[in-house]
This record gives sequence, C-alpha cells and structure tokens, in this order.
Amino acid sequence: MDLRLPSKVLEHIFSFVDSNEDRNSVSLVCKSWFETERLTRKRVFVRNCYAVTPAAVARRFPEMRSLTLKGKPHFADYNLVPDGWGGYAWPWIEAMAEKSPALEELRLKRMVVTDECLEKIAASFKEFKALVLTSCEGFSTDGLAAIAVACRNLRELELRECIVEDLGGDWLSYFPETLTSLVSLDFSCLDSEVKLSDLELLVSRSPNLKSLKLNRDVSLDALGSLLRLAPQLVELGTGSFSDKLDQEAVSKLSQAFTELKELKSLSGLWDVLPEYIPLLYSVCPGLTSLNLSYATVQMPDLVELLSRCSNLQKLWVMDLIEDKGLEAVASSCKELRELRVFPSGADVDETNVALTEQGLVSVSEACPNLESVLYFCAQFTNEALVTIARNRPNLKCVRLCVMEPFAPDHKTQQPLDEGFKAIVEGCKGLQRLSVSGLLTDKAFEYIGTHGKKLRMLSIAFAGDSDLMLHHLLSGCESLNKLEIRDCPFGDTALLENAAKLETMRSLWMSSCGVSFGACKLLSQKMPKLNVEVIDEHPLKTRPDSSPVEKIYIYRTLAGPRLDMPEFVWTIHKNPEIGVSNLAIE
Amino acid sequence: MSESVAAEHDYIGLSEFPTMETTPIMSDTTKTKTRDNNNNTNNNDDVLNFKATELRLGLPGSESPERVDQRFLSLKSSCPVSGAKRVFSDAINGSTKWVFSPGSATDVKDIKPAVPVKEKKSSTAAAPASKAQVVGWPPIRSFRKNTMASSQSQKQGGDNNNNSETEGEAKSGPEHCLYVKVSMEGAPYLRKIDLKTYKSYVELSSALEQMFSCFTIGQFGSHGGCGRDGLNESRLTDLLRGSEYVVTYEDKDSDWMLVGDVPWEMFICSCKKLRIMKSSEAIGLAPRVMEKCRSRN
Repeated sequence: MDLRLPSKVLEHIFSFVDSNEDRNSVSLVCKSWFETERLTRKRVFVRNCYAVTPAAVARRFPEMRSLTLKGKPHFADYNLVPDGWGGYAWPWIEAMAEKSPALEELRLKRMVVTDECLEKIAASFKEFKALVLTSCEGFSTDGLAAIAVACRNLRELELRECIVEDLGGDWLSYFPETLTSLVSLDFSCLDSEVKLSDLELLVSRSPNLKSLKLNRDVSLDALGSLLRLAPQLVELGTGSFSDKLDQEAVSKLSQAFTELKELKSLSGLWDVLPEYIPLLYSVCPGLTSLNLSYATVQMPDLVELLSRCSNLQKLWVMDLIEDKGLEAVASSCKELRELRVFPSGADVDETNVALTEQGLVSVSEACPNLESVLYFCAQFTNEALVTIARNRPNLKCVRLCVMEPFAPDHKTQQPLDEGFKAIVEGCKGLQRLSVSGLLTDKAFEYIGTHGKKLRMLSIAFAGDSDLMLHHLLSGCESLNKLEIRDCPFGDTALLENAAKLETMRSLWMSSCGVSFGACKLLSQKMPKLNVEVIDEHPLKTRPDSSPVEKIYIYRTLAGPRLDMPEFVWTIHKNPEIGVSNLAIE
Repeated sequence: MSESVAAEHDYIGLSEFPTMETTPIMSDTTKTKTRDNNNNTNNNDDVLNFKATELRLGLPGSESPERVDQRFLSLKSSCPVSGAKRVFSDAINGSTKWVFSPGSATDVKDIKPAVPVKEKKSSTAAAPASKAQVVGWPPIRSFRKNTMASSQSQKQGGDNNNNSETEGEAKSGPEHCLYVKVSMEGAPYLRKIDLKTYKSYVELSSALEQMFSCFTIGQFGSHGGCGRDGLNESRLTDLLRGSEYVVTYEDKDSDWMLVGDVPWEMFICSCKKLRIMKSSEAIGLAPRVMEKCRSRN
C-alpha cells in the first residue's frame, strides 16, 4: 500500500508550517516532502550570504516572495571588519531579477547596497512591496528616489541605522501621487530635511500607514501636523524633540498625541527637553515598546514617564535612568520582556556611576516575563549575577557589558566566573550570551557544561588559555555563532574541534593567538568551510607561525567567494598547496 | 535552506581526532615553507584602492566622520598607549604576549590586573579629552556613537552652529569645525562646508562658486556692520540686480538672512545653514534684515 500523501494534501499541511526551522526539518524527511516543501516556501532566510549561491536559492525556491539576507559578521557593528570586506547585495539582486522576478520583499542586514542595486530592484520586481535595510551602507538618497518612483505597490521602506550618502531631501518627493499603499516608512537615519509638504501629502494619502519613523530634521511643529494626518499610527519615531514652541503649539501637539489611540511603539525623541515629556503621557498606557536610548533626560523625568507605562514590554534607555529609575521600572512595568540599557558616555570614564548592578537585579526580581537583557555598566558582582539567575531562570538572552575590560567583581575582586556559572546553570533556556569582566578558563568550562541551548556567544578580553575555546566548542551543543576578540588562545583547540565548525554558522576570532599555519591546516581539512584570514597589515613573508589579525570561519556550500579584497586570504589563493603536504590521519 | 543542519558532517571521518593533539603545526609547515615565500604577491602591503572607491559623506578628500571615529583608534601592538588608563593599557600592550605564546597561562597572569576598579578610575581622572582607545570597545554601534556625538555637540555648542557632522565633543572655540549645509535651489545635491576654513566673505564666495560652478552666484560682501555704513535697500537691490542667485543663510533665530550683512565673525557664529536661492525669492529678505539691524542697534 502506498502510504504517501498526495502532494496537494502535503501542500495544504505545510501551509500551516510557518517557522523556517520547522520547514527545514520537514524538508529532511524524505524526497517528496523536500520537493513539496521547497515548492511552497515563500519566505527564505539566508543568514550568511556567502553560505550559498543566489542561483542555488532561486533554483530551490521558485515560489520565493520574500528574501532575507545577512552579510557581514556581527562584529562589523563595532568596526572590527575592515571596509571592503564584502557582503555585497548586487549578486543577489542581479540573480533574483533574472530568476525570481516575482520577488516582493527584500530584507538585508549588514550588507553593501549601492544605488545600482536599488535601481535594479526598482526596474526588475514589478510587484515589489517591501525594502528593509538594517545597518547597510553604500547607497545614496538617489537610490531611494529610484525605489520611490518605480515601486507602485510599495508597502514598506525602512532604513534602520544605515549609512546613507545624503544628497538632499528630494527623494521623498518622488513618491507618485498614485502611491497609496504605504504601511511603513522609516527614514530616521537620514541627515537632510525632507520637504514637509511632500511628507504631509504622502501621509495623508496613505490610509494604511501604521509605522512612521522620522529623522531628526523633522521639527516638533511638523510632527504635530503629521500626527493629525495619521492618528491611526501604531509605531511612531519622532524627529528632534527640542524645538522651542509657543504655548499654542504645545497644546496642539499635546492634543495630537491624545488622538493616537492605536500607538504601541514610540522612538526617536532625540534631545527631548524635560518640559516636553508630559506631552507623551497620554500615549504611555498603551505603549508596549519605548525607545528612549537617544533621549538625554535625567532620571526623575524618566521615572515620571515610565511609571505611566504599565503595559511596556520592551524598553531601551540610557544609563541616565540609574538604579533608582530601574527600581521604578520594576514596580511599574510588570509586563517587561526586554530591557536594554545603553551608556550615555562614550567610554568607561564617562559611564554614569549611579547605574550599577543593582538596577538590573531590581528589574529581574519584579518583572516575571523578563527574558532579554542588554546592560552596559561600569562594574558588576558575582552576587548580582547569582541573584539575577535565581530570580529569572526564564532568561533567554543575557548580554552584559562591563565597560572596563578585565574588571573583577568590585566587592570581592574575584573573577566573574561564579556569576556567569549561575546564569548558564540557572537559565536553562539561555540562547544568547555576551560575557565581560574578568574571566578565567573556569567560566568557559561552566558555559560549556551548562550552556546546552546556547546559540550565540560573544566574548572579549577573557580567559587564560586554549582550554577556554576547547570547553566551548566541545560543550555547547547548540552553538551556532561564536565571536571572540582579544582572548589568549591559539591553534590547538581550534584544530581539535574542527568538525564542530561545520555545525555552526560562523566563528569570528580577532586579536587571538591563531597562527597562519593553523588556518591553512584547517582549510585543508575542512573543504566545506571558508576560512578567511583578514589581515590589513600582513607581514611581507607569512611564516606558518605568524599570528593572524582576524579570522572568520563559516560553513558554505558555495565554495570560495569571488569578491575577496586583497586583505582577505583563503586557501583558494594558494591552490598549489596540495592536500598531500598537510597529512591528515 | 542554509539552516538545515546536515547530518553528514561526519563524512570526512574527522569526528574523532586521536592524532590531532599530537600533531604539531611546525612539522607540517616545514613542507610548505618554500611555498610561503612564493606567496608574497598575495600579501601586498597596499590594500588596493578600496579606500579611494568607497562611498563617503562630505567633501572629496575629507574624512567622513561617520567612518572614522577618532576616539576609537586602532591599537597596534607597536604603539604605546597614551593616557592614564594605566592598568588596561598595560594589559593591551601585554596582549602581544598572548599572540606569540598561546596557551602559556603564566604570561597572561602577569598581565592581569589585580587592581580594583576604583583605583583605575582615580588614575584616569586626568585623562585628556581624546585618548587612544581600543577599536570596537565598548561594543557600541557606530550609528549610536555618531548620533550621541552630534547630540552632545549640539548641547555644548551654544552659539556654535554645530550640525551633525562635527567630530567628537564640540567646544566653543576656534579650533573646532563648523559644518553647515549648503543647498542650492534647483541643484540635485547639497554640500557641507566647514565655515572655519574661510576667513572672509570673499573666500566663502569663491568656494561656493567653485562648488556650484554651473550656476552664477551674485557677489556679496559688505563688511560694514548693520546700520553703520548704511546697509540700505538700494545697496541690496544693486546686489540682486546683478545676478540670478543670492546666498542666504538661516540664523540662530531660524530667520533667513542675506549673506554679507554682518561682520564675518558674527556671521559664522549665527549661521546654521546656507542656501543659494533665486534672487527673486530673496528680495523679501531685505526688509527683515533691516529690521533686525535696527533692533540690534
């Protein structure tokens, strides 16, 4: 009896499978499931643009409508990846223009996107609906104009923290009068002024507009008139909040805010003046997400605001909130799930010392749903970490940045090993961890032993020896991304655990002790990995014992990439090194 | 697709490495040493022309501040670390030890500071405003760093017209830049210039002419103060009659004024933005200028 389900039935069943992780599992079951799944997948995520070729993706998923790509390694955010390393969007856009012209959505993160790319998108994808660029660079406002003018059904245009060559605000005027489909517009990272009249016209003909994030140049006055045109907004990013307004204008603006009945998310608020904080009170009870990370107001004003946000789930704020402010958050925002506290000063010396480990402890005590934390702080203690772990075993993401490298527990002068042990032991579902402060190999032994669900780990200025890496690679079963800088290990652990690297998306190591010879050896043994040696200042002769500045290792089916700059070496640049020269037992 | 974790990672047969622990790197590499010497061409010193071809903001030849955050200079092991971050910098200098002797725990223990954080803080009290720092630490995104920098400069700027391109913390004083945006009606681009690089209206005028060379810019440059030499309407209409375009600026009070009416020093203190507009639009500015001058005197 043939037990196979007809593909129509399979298709119907698979249409309920949303998560791509599940879809990946589905496609491994058998050939017919693989076939059916691939013909029905609409949203494709390629989390490393060099892991697979564009052609292969287009071939496998002919019904693809939405493509998400990530390019540079995460540490590129902190200037650790030299310019010109790669992550170019062009080959993908070119390939999809030819093979998947029905593409509707493109989401790119940490990629180099040129005006040419944007023009190609505008010209090639007739049903294009959504362009979301996060931490991208390489394009100018001319490219935006091309998108605006050509994409007749555009729903989303979001530029999140991109570096854009700003040639003026005219790009906005290129949206045709016939465009009424806009749902989300985010140009908060742009520099120049857009014409208010263009913006008002656009907003007033976009009845579906739910998310609007303005840039700093949009004045408070303008904000008022925009809000009156779009009271249906669910997400708002204001412009600069510091213009001087007269009494009448203030009350008009206040009124406009009270009309925002659907507002759930608020951001922007650059340079907000304390006297304008009360304008926001009316929307506070409805907010689930509040980004105050550019709001340079002091603790008392923050407390006034936050004590009214009883439904808040996500809070991003600066250390100006201090411990006292976080106590207030703890008592008012019981629904809190995600907390990020950024430093207000540029470096350690300017860190606000009224924010200590106590602030995070208070929040962990009182907020039962807290699962994600990013916390910049001058110093920490083991006791605090133990308490936090005990209070919040449901934490999934813990990123602690003690600003001073090698800072020990400031009460006991001990390393923070025991504290992080408590975190990984207590928070059994922990998926993401960034460690800091003084740490010995022991800390990593603990992480390797207990961090079984850990997928992403970031380490800087830590550990004593190679053992540290060995613990991690041999212990953390779910490890997917590992990024390390300035830690003292070299070749042994890396080579011993080479096979592990194929089960991970990527490994980044910079200013560690890995030698060139080890990189070559690893490349030899593991043809399915790209081992990239990044050396902006290579020695004239590169003996095998010489240390490399940075290495980036990732699994790939695409083989060597063709767009490597001079300062990136892979073994494919030395084809004459034969396998026989590096014996593998 | 890239998410499917293939179970075949064992296919190479490398899941166990009984021999790897004992295989020293050196013996393998002796065989490849000769090949290394032939590979110098791959390790060129000059990193191609990537810097020249990358897209940057600002004038050609100027460093885009968003790319080069000068507070976060990369720390080469050969450079001494300046500044009072004594203990940390010792560790970073000592990091070269890690690089060359991996796995030797003793070296590293020497470097590790046992100094409590408090002591470090007091020793850094006298640190200079710009100090050599480690690249990428603390791990804050460039976008945030740049945004915060320009926020601070706007707060401290006071009289200065610091716009988002100023680098580092702005202080009032002649040694820092005063970037203003220059837009021109009808031109598809806008430029940014540093007013501090010019000493007079004449210099500014010629610079603008060069920048927007396809358009003619009227001559301006009355160095007399308002109401003294008599900035009068006839003078202005002379200016305006002669050319199609005039240069105007937005001042601290958000008023648009004709460039050239106030002494240069006063001008650079109050100018927030420049705009080259058609003279027909600028005529209306003249009365306002007069009023301002009158109210000042």
